[in-house]
Amino acid sequence: MQLENTGVSIVSAVLFSPLVGVLVLLFWPRLTDKQVRIATLINTLVTFAFSLLMLSQFDSSKGMQMEQVDEWIAGLGIYYHVGVDGISIWLVMLTTFIMPIAVLASWTGIEEKVRLFHGFLLLLEVAMVGVFVSLDLFLFYIFWEVSLVPMYFMIGMWGSKDKVDFFGREMEARIYAAVKFFLYTVAGSILMLLAILYVGNKAETFDFMLIRDLMRSGQLVFTEETERLLFVGFFIAFAIKVPVWPLHSWLPDAHVQAPTAGSIILAGVLLKLGTYGLVRYNLEFFPNAAIDFAPYIGALAVIGIIYGAWVSYAQTDVKKLVAYSSVSHLGFVVLGIFAMNSAGIQGAVLQMVNHGVSTGGLFLLVGMLYERRHTKAINAFGGLWKIMPIYSGFALVIALSSMGLPGLNGFVGEFTILVGSAGSDTLDIWYTVLATIGIILAAVYILFMFNKVFMGPVTKQENQELEDLTWGGNWYELSALVALTVVIFVIGLYPKPFFELMDGAVGDLVAQLDATLQVAMK
Amino acid sequence: MFPAPPTFEDLNVWAALPVIILSLWASVLLVADRFINNKFYVAAYSLLGVGISLVIALFQAGDLFDIGESGTAFEGMFMADQFTYVVNIVALISAAIGILISYEYLERTKLDRGEYYILLMFSAAGAMLMGSSNNLSMIFISLELLSIPLYILSGIRRPQEESEESAMKYFLLGAFSSSFLVYGIALVFGAAGSLDLGEIVVVAQTISEQEATQRYLLLIGAGLITVGLGFKVAAVPFHMWTPDVYQGAPTPVTAYMSSVAKVGGFAAFLRVLVTGLPIIAEGGDAAVWVDTLQILAALTLLLGNLVAIMQYDLKRLLAYSSIAHAGYILIALAAGGVPGVGDSAAQAALVYLAAYAFTNIGAFAVVAAIEKDDSTGTTMDDIKGLAVKRPWLAGAMSVFMFSLTGIPLTAGFIGKFWVFRAAMDAGLEPLAVLGVLTSAISAFYYVRVVWNMYFETGDAVVPERQQYLTSGLVITAAGTLILGLLPFILENLVRDASLAILR
Repeated sequence: MQLENTGVSIVSAVLFSPLVGVLVLLFWPRLTDKQVRIATLINTLVTFAFSLLMLSQFDSSKGMQMEQVDEWIAGLGIYYHVGVDGISIWLVMLTTFIMPIAVLASWTGIEEKVRLFHGFLLLLEVAMVGVFVSLDLFLFYIFWEVSLVPMYFMIGMWGSKDKVDFFGREMEARIYAAVKFFLYTVAGSILMLLAILYVGNKAETFDFMLIRDLMRSGQLVFTEETERLLFVGFFIAFAIKVPVWPLHSWLPDAHVQAPTAGSIILAGVLLKLGTYGLVRYNLEFFPNAAIDFAPYIGALAVIGIIYGAWVSYAQTDVKKLVAYSSVSHLGFVVLGIFAMNSAGIQGAVLQMVNHGVSTGGLFLLVGMLYERRHTKAINAFGGLWKIMPIYSGFALVIALSSMGLPGLNGFVGEFTILVGSAGSDTLDIWYTVLATIGIILAAVYILFMFNKVFMGPVTKQENQELEDLTWGGNWYELSALVALTVVIFVIGLYPKPFFELMDGAVGDLVAQLDATLQVAMK
Repeated sequence: MFPAPPTFEDLNVWAALPVIILSLWASVLLVADRFINNKFYVAAYSLLGVGISLVIALFQAGDLFDIGESGTAFEGMFMADQFTYVVNIVALISAAIGILISYEYLERTKLDRGEYYILLMFSAAGAMLMGSSNNLSMIFISLELLSIPLYILSGIRRPQEESEESAMKYFLLGAFSSSFLVYGIALVFGAAGSLDLGEIVVVAQTISEQEATQRYLLLIGAGLITVGLGFKVAAVPFHMWTPDVYQGAPTPVTAYMSSVAKVGGFAAFLRVLVTGLPIIAEGGDAAVWVDTLQILAALTLLLGNLVAIMQYDLKRLLAYSSIAHAGYILIALAAGGVPGVGDSAAQAALVYLAAYAFTNIGAFAVVAAIEKDDSTGTTMDDIKGLAVKRPWLAGAMSVFMFSLTGIPLTAGFIGKFWVFRAAMDAGLEPLAVLGVLTSAISAFYYVRVVWNMYFETGDAVVPERQQYLTSGLVITAAGTLILGLLPFILENLVRDASLAILR
């Protein structure tokens, strides 16, 4: 089977515009640190502008669109094939939106090897957008693996200065975290390579759209056992990235040791590569296996929700608290995906965006505190509201959004997911009940943390001098927070356009799942 | 009346032009070296000879000019097909880069003797001939042509003990393995009555179905050939020489040897097993040697990758890693015994060898660049902080390490992709799973090199920048990245490589 080559699509512009910055940073002879920061910021903003243009051209009545096909390795049926649908477009938007914020977050935090750091940042953007837009399994795998490398360097080179005890030897915590992150994810994704090869060999093409058509028309069928094995091959790779409990142990290390921009990107976008993969590949390619496994994966998701919340509550370090809260929040997303109905999946996709915005925001806030005070311990603070009222106001909004307060974005996503899981044919009602307990626990640990850090009298002398946010002094911090807050309110108060754009793609997927479910239930 | 002597056209001599030019050039230079005092010119002329040969090889492979006809030459001894051309290209590129990275190293370690480059060219010719052998006797002769210069090269740093030990070990074990090979060839000849691979394959299938005695002769012969070639490519359990020889030999020699010996060894392996002996036992659905090679591949993957974890010296680490990589190519070789997969397995092996040549020579070249004049300074501690002191060197090493791990956008990933694809095609899923799991293990020790360079602080004391070595590094790093970014180059090159005569 062959695909026709097409013209250049706007998606490619979004995908490769950060590469321009990478090349400039790599080869431009002399640049001061400040010029590097400004150039990177402009580059990420231009990329965001391209993605807005792409959004404006999006037609919600169509499925996959703005596709571009070019021959790449013709002999093996491998194409450069990119495009977006209602699911991936939001994740691309999330990525291009988070990147300028990550650049602003490292405005003063990164002082060594500034050029290299920003190069990795932009390279990471290419890889992440690439995962979301690729429509060829080979291309997808390439971007998927390449996204590891910049993050590995970012954690290892610019990470925290903590030490850990490693089998009786003192070791830099950032190195431990970087290596753990790399090995964990490589180990997971390499099995996916075999699954991709198997599917590609059977279908005689690696093109996502062609394989999907072959499967939907019944020309490509796997036996029950093979389908389950392939499902597991993909699932392990994605589950490690999400991370689904009990594969989460790399996450607290990586999130805590990474520099602020690294944490923002990890929580904001990188984890979504996993959940996106679950929707795009596991549900689309292996619906039968997905139905069989849904109750078990749902159980893991619920355990993750409660476990993550519980462990967050016990943390004494703000950054660790936020890190574990990700385990809990991503549990909701996985639950929504494996509810396998329209509300569940739409909620899950929206919640991916929400989590990116609110948890990215929390990491940004923690990073600002750390830069001022050089500690992340909860009990080192107290009464910050009196000293930094503007900062605290933003912190309140973002914390409440992460907690799921109605009127803010987190609520819309979680509520839709719970509606989906309650009405799901694959999940029992108990999943919903237990997940709701997770929401209550989230309120407990967030408010507990907020109370300790921001409320009450100022207990520590060192905190008296902390600098609040002003346009004159630290515009970069303020503008990042303003942008995040605007998005939080927009999604919270008017989520309709977000769901509308998803309708086509999710409806298409759910129609397929429903058909499979009908057969399975008979 | 004697029959008229065959003409050049009858012999199809021009098909073998690259290897002829290389051997003649080396022979002339061997004499001329006596009269050239400045060894820089010997190196330069050698590079020129390799370059000319490479250009012709590229023309042949790309079908740009008709230089000789594809097919057999020299009355069936020599086979010129796409497989030959690709092997030629890989061997010649290895030789060219080998010369580039050697010059300054030899100069600063006072080893600058002219015969070095000439021996290097002869062994490249040996590897090229191994890839074009259509006859078992040719395989043996070209194996010796490949090996003997390498024995000498690994001992060229005499009277340093490690180097002498390396040469002695390599020579003794190499001679030992050659005898296995010869004995195997003799037994196959005894069974099949011919040394020509094209004839053996026809006879072998009927033998294996009929006569028991001859069948066993043939099988034992095939087994002994496997042992002999297994030594050359460092397959476990025939790998014992590798770490010591690789560590003891001068680093540029190791770099060159690790690539060219594998290219030659695997080319011959593929020719003999896939073309000559795809014997299918009664009731079997794949060649009899598939299971044996699967076991060899599994052992090689496990041992190479597990022992590499514990290495502290970079040369030794890369030695074990090169054992491990032999394991990945053995996966392709094993897949080659399954009917219908022979060609795609041979193509996978070629892709892997090409990717591996660039990456591995590059990695060893970095070690050569940081090595001190007294051949110390190649441990993990010596590269701490290299990223600060020599950012481009560290960057190149990272590219090689990620390529050896198999991270996309590098050649190593493309090689692994092809090999695992062939394995899945052949239905060797368990071996493919072992392959990916061991490459996950290998990620640890490759990443360790990167983290020592980038994340640790240290005062890496490295020799000064070396111009020619740097150009070699640029070529290898660029090659690694270009093959990774534009894999269709390799795909176009190997697409027509076909070994399996019987399908």
